[in-house]
Amino acid sequence: MDPRVKGIELKLRDVKRIIPVVSGKGGVGKSLISTTMALVLAKSGYRVGLLDLDFYGASDHVILGLTPEALPEEEKGVLPPEVHGLRFMSIVYYTQNRPLPMRGSEVSNALVELMAITRWDSLDYLIIDMPPGLGEQLLDLLRYIPRGEFLVVSTPSPLSVHVADSLLAVLTEGKHRVLGLVENMGDGTATAKLAEKYGIRVLGSLPYEQELDACIGNVDALLATKFAEAMKKIVKTI
Amino acid sequence: MHEWALAEGILASAIEYAEKNDANEILEVKIVLGELQDVEQEIVEFALEQMKKDTLAESAKFVFEEEPARFKCRNCGAEWGLQESKNELSSEIREDIHFVPEVVHSFMTCPACGSRDFEVVSGRGVYIKEMKVR
Ligand SMILES: Nc1ncnc2c1ncn2[C@@H]1O[C@H](COP(=O)(O)OP(=O)(O)OP(=O)(O)O)[C@@H](O)[C@H]1O
Ligand SMILES: [Mg+2]
Ligand SMILES: [Zn+2]
Repeated sequence: MDPRVKGIELKLRDVKRIIPVVSGKGGVGKSLISTTMALVLAKSGYRVGLLDLDFYGASDHVILGLTPEALPEEEKGVLPPEVHGLRFMSIVYYTQNRPLPMRGSEVSNALVELMAITRWDSLDYLIIDMPPGLGEQLLDLLRYIPRGEFLVVSTPSPLSVHVADSLLAVLTEGKHRVLGLVENMGDGTATAKLAEKYGIRVLGSLPYEQELDACIGNVDALLATKFAEAMKKIVKTI
Repeated sequence: MHEWALAEGILASAIEYAEKNDANEILEVKIVLGELQDVEQEIVEFALEQMKKDTLAESAKFVFEEEPARFKCRNCGAEWGLQESKNELSSEIREDIHFVPEVVHSFMTCPACGSRDFEVVSGRGVYIKEMKVR
């Protein structure tokens, strides 16, 4: 019997809402969206956790400008360190900046372990940055955190919309909760049809921002962008 | 102590199992501790003793078993243990592995071919092997 599964449930007991940020296609902006969303919510006074579950492509610490040095503190579990007003958890605290190649079952094990030891305590929102696709992390969340409210990200590209369609099929077939679609680098028109097809909302769109990459690692600059402005509107719809 | 988090999961799982099987009492829980994760048995035991009060496990006995860590390379088939691993795992690295055993893939390579594509065959972490209820 795997005692960690029960542990996950206990650790999330006092978390009000869990929002995994997902996409079919990679590189559509999940990491920037989940991190900015978490920061915007925290700035509005909510208690917010941010969990980076993209083990191969962990990025949120880079966006936050964090160089993990010390291990997170322990107290009857692991306490996610406070970073720019967020409780932030990522595998990068434990890999000393080295590569972490893993097979599927190992990814799954790492995910379960991380979720079973992290003490979020009470949170209004836990935002989860996910890797792209329909792999281990998505399937594990569907299984272990059935109350997750999925936020689906797509760009206006037909390639991205096409894969988002597959993802939404999986989510709706399993009767999972979908918070809505966010169209990144578009105006919301490209994903409108998809939203209609699945009876979900387009929560909003985020503009293409030339200078966004220059704001990576600088939270104040990031929060001053039009991208962050648009995120504030999206956050009001959830 | 992150051992508390593990103990919490062990107790909750044992109780859930007992309830599902309509048991009145948990008599014994056999817990395997994998060498790789290097969990402190005394702390897990202490935590369990503290938390078991007023539960179905009130008078349960917790029995521990240590499982040696074994690795097998998926690339060349070599097998090895923690001791034979050529890579020196510093205490800092052991600490990282203690939290998330999978990060062993960041720090260890196959002693025969250098691949990081190896399987942890046994002794990874903590699980419940057996339970006696009534
Ligand atoms: N609205 C935007 N305007 C300009 N550039 C953007 C925008 N959104 C994302 N980008 C850029 O696109 C790239 C990918 O973004 P990000 O890493 O957030 O995507 P992702 O979906 O998390 O990727 P992955 O699937 O690999 O996890 C980054 O370089 C980022 O700066
Ligand atoms: Mg990402
Ligand atoms: Zn080998």
